[in-house]
This record gives sequence, C-alpha cells and structure tokens, in this order.
Amino acid sequence: MQQAEDQELRAGAVPIAGPIREVSRPTRLGLLLEREHVLAGVLLTPTLVILALFIAYPFLLGIWLAVSDKVVGRPGNFVGLENFRVNLADTIFLRAFQNTFVYTFLATAFKLALGMVAALLLNHHFRFKRIVRASMLLPWIVPTVLSTLAWQWMFDATFSVFNWVLLNAGVISSRILWLGDGTMAMGCLILVNVWRGMPFFAITLLAGLQTVNPDLHEAAEIDGANAWQRFWRVTFPLLKPIMLVVVLFSMIATFADFQLIYVLTRGGPYSSTHVFGTYAYEIAMRAAKLGQGASISLSLFPFLLLVIMFQLWYIRRSD
Amino acid sequence: MAVRYGGPLRRAVTFHIPLGLLVGATLFPFYWMVITSIRPDRELYSVQSNPFFTLHPTVKHFQDLFELTMFARWAWNTLFIATVSTGISLFCGLLAGYALARLQFRWAAPLGTLIFVTYLVPPTLLFIPLGDVVQAFGLADTPWAVILTYPTFLIPFCTWLLLGYFKTIPKEIEECARIDGASRVQAMVRISFPLAVPGILSAGIFAFTLSWNEFLYALVFLSSPQQKTIPIGVFTELVRGDVFYWGPLMAGALLGSIPVAIVYSFFVEHYVTALTGAVKG
Repeated sequence: MQQAEDQELRAGAVPIAGPIREVSRPTRLGLLLEREHVLAGVLLTPTLVILALFIAYPFLLGIWLAVSDKVVGRPGNFVGLENFRVNLADTIFLRAFQNTFVYTFLATAFKLALGMVAALLLNHHFRFKRIVRASMLLPWIVPTVLSTLAWQWMFDATFSVFNWVLLNAGVISSRILWLGDGTMAMGCLILVNVWRGMPFFAITLLAGLQTVNPDLHEAAEIDGANAWQRFWRVTFPLLKPIMLVVVLFSMIATFADFQLIYVLTRGGPYSSTHVFGTYAYEIAMRAAKLGQGASISLSLFPFLLLVIMFQLWYIRRSD
Repeated sequence: MAVRYGGPLRRAVTFHIPLGLLVGATLFPFYWMVITSIRPDRELYSVQSNPFFTLHPTVKHFQDLFELTMFARWAWNTLFIATVSTGISLFCGLLAGYALARLQFRWAAPLGTLIFVTYLVPPTLLFIPLGDVVQAFGLADTPWAVILTYPTFLIPFCTWLLLGYFKTIPKEIEECARIDGASRVQAMVRISFPLAVPGILSAGIFAFTLSWNEFLYALVFLSSPQQKTIPIGVFTELVRGDVFYWGPLMAGALLGSIPVAIVYSFFVEHYVTALTGAVKG
C-alpha cells in the first residue's frame, strides 16, 4: 500500500485523498523540520562542515604560514612580510611571476580563438557529428598527467616524432630540442595547455551558438551581410556573455595550473618555466620551507580575488 | 543556425579540411600512447625506424606495468577514491543545492555566493596548509586524505549545478504534495529528489572524472607506492631520475585513460550538460 503511494507520488500523480501515514503522527523533530530555516540549516551542515575544515581553516593557516618561517619538522615563528621580501628579491620567483601571466594570457587567447573555430565547425550538420563532438572532448576528459606524459614523449630530445617527421621531410637538418630552453619550453607548455583546454571552450561556445536564433542570420543575409560580417555583427555579440564566463573560468584554472607544467618540464630547464604553483611546490615540498612556499602560493590570491570579484559583479548585474 | 554550402571545393576548404586538422590534432596524442605501448623497445629507441606503426606489436610493456609496478593496486585505489569522494560530494551538494534553491531563510543569498567563491579556489592555493591539516587529522598517506579533500572542489561544483537544476523543476509539484499532506521533508525526498536524477547524474559523472584525474593533492598527501592513484603512480614510479620507461609509461597512461573515457562515452550528453551548466551563472 505504502509502496503504491510512493510510486504514485513519484509519477507526480499525487492522490487527492488518502493522507500519507507518517504525517498523522508528527514527531517533534518532524515539526521542527517543517520550519524552512531549520531544515535549511540541517541540509547545509555537511557542506559547511567540510568547507570549513578543508577550505576556510587551511586558507587561514596558509596566511599564517606565509608570514612565518616554518620549515618541515619545526614550529614556525612570526616573521612578518619577510617571506614576501625574499620572493621579490628572488629572480626565479620573478621569472615564475612573469611566466604565470604569459602562460595564462597566451594560452587563454589561443583556446578562445581555436575553441570558437571548433564550435563554429561543430555547429554544421554533418555525418558522425556526435562521434566527432564526443572525441573532441577527450583531451579534457582523460587525466592531464597521462596525456601530458604522451606529449613529453613526443617532445623527447632524441626520439621526438616531430623531429622524425621534420628531419625526414628535409625541413630541418638537426634535431630541435623542444624542451631545451626556456622560451621554447614555454611555447610547448602553452601548446599542450591549448590542446587540453580548447575542448572546454569549443563545447561551451557550441552550446551558446545553438541558442542563437537562425532567423537573425537569415535577416542579416537578406540585408547583404557576408559570412564574416554575420559572425562579427550577429553571432559574436550574442555569444559575448558566455564567452566572458568561459574565459574567466579558464583563466583561473590556467593561472593556478600545476600538473601540466610540473609533468612536462618540472619548472626546468634551469628553473626557467616555473609558475606560482610549481615554484611553491618546489620550495615547500622539496626544500621543505613551508612558510616560504605558502607565501609563493598566496601570491596567486590577489589576481584570483580580482577575477572572482569581477565574476560576482557580472553575475549580480546580469541577474 | 542555418548553414549554407557553396561548391564542394569551397566546402572542403572552409569545413572538411579545418575539421579534419582539428580532429587529427585532438586525437594524435592518444594514437601516440597506443602505438608506443605496443612497439618493442628496440624500435622505440631507434632513430631510424618509422615511429608511426610497428610490424612487431608486443604486450611486454603491459606485462612490465603489472609485474614491476603496483598498477592494479593504483587502479583500485583510484576507483575507490573517485567513487567515495563523488558519493560524499553528491550527497552534500544535493542537500545544499536544494536548500539554496528552494528554502526561504535569511542566509540563502550570502551562502550561495560563499559556495560559488569556494568553487573558484584552486588547489594550488591551499595544498601546503592542507598538508598540515591532513597530517594533524592523522589522514596522511591514507585514501581518506584525498577522499575528504576532493569534496572541497567537488561539493561547490555539485551544489552549483544542482541548485540550477532544482530551479528548473516547478515548485508547484511539491506544493501539490504538501497540500495532500506530505511533510516538508517528504516532499523534498519523494518529489524533488527523484525529479532531479538527471542533474544528479550529470554532477556525478563530472565529479567522478575530476577526482579520477586529480593530481596535486594526491601527489602531496599520498606517498607510499601502495596508496597511490594511477596519475601519481604512473608519473612517480615509472620515471626514475632522468630515466623514463616510455613503453610501460604509455601503457599505464592508456589504461589510466580508458576507464574515464568509457564512463564518459556512456554519458556524453550528461557530461556536456554538466560542463555547460558549470559555467552558467
């Protein structure tokens, strides 16, 4: 009987008569949960406990570490802004600072441009469209570490497949050391990041494209606009909101990237490709200087805050 | 969008060739994983032989992977960690998302903002102090170190996605049940939760792939070989100093990628919903 009732409820066909049995004997707890703010408190407790323990508390602890001289195995003392002073005098830190911005802006720009092209292509009707779209997302799905290892093998100093092709085609006469110097290695890092992140842009922009009303294009075409003009005057303005959100999300992730760089170059050669994340790891985990490391990863925060505040402002405004 | 085609040549230049290049570039590294994992060492480490195919495929790299490393154990760890942390995150995210979408209470708006902000806090910012926290709780080098920390980025995502999903379910359905005598909790559990199953599935698939792929926390919190996940194990145990065991490395990369690719292929649409839902304000 109870089961039948459940089923009816699930199907949305709620019986008019026949009260649910439990309700006839309300307990004190049941009555308490009838009040929405009490129920909300109960429902939010697990989330807030986990976020407080593993985000809020570590965040505060991180600020404390950043102003302390803590090393592994010894309690730290308060040293004020000493760690930040050391960072600003450290050429590797300054290089990492610069790299982080170069990496973020170049990679995001390429991802946006290529993602847009991919989205426009996928918006056509063609055979195997579903399979092509699904496989396009693969770089985004598989563990970044594992695909980055494949790239590292393709960039290998001796056995690089790119070198094999270029040598055999007669384009180059000696091997290119893809990860051999800082500039070249940064280029490779950006390439792999674009390869991995572009699908995210393509798929979200494609979702945006599918909401563009075809009538608008037809109207523009009748008025004599060519494909290029139709893109810039019709599609682009309509896509701008989603584009902005995707770019902000991607910028945060790219800015705070760790694994791709750590796997492909480990910050090398000669510490020329570190970003905030990898350098913080190097100092905190390998040199055991937790305070110094925390001050490096905290250096991410001002930029992060800026992007988050912009995003919140933007969401408020569009509401 | 209406798409008109010119002649076949024009269509090839503006459509088929760019699409082919894009798909080729996307899939090439995966082809490279496959071909490397089945080529014998004497071909892998030869600059003469054509690297694009092999006439002597071998399963030796896969054998090495299972015999010389604890790959099977890593696979089990990864599955266990991803499943449990996804479960925890879905549970928390479902309740929190419902509360924020449906219930009237004073702190709804600021709490929603707070959870959205934590969604944007990257692991890179927290891993050093979090290492201390994990140590203090006695969780270091146990699966629970990551099972309990992955939800920090999974719960905000699940909450955010399900909040959006609950907003699309008409309130009236629940109100009907209330009129017929269902309690507040019954209306939630029996009416709204079942209707949210597609949203839950989307959030779950996405969360599962995120925790399967996580690297930094696992690298910092798990140190002994038998506790590692696939991404960490393959990266740390098959690279010794400057020596890379490329055959087994690529075999491990391939086997570590296949499970997520399979899960994903069954739920592409749900995954895409989650991906696009994740960025919608």
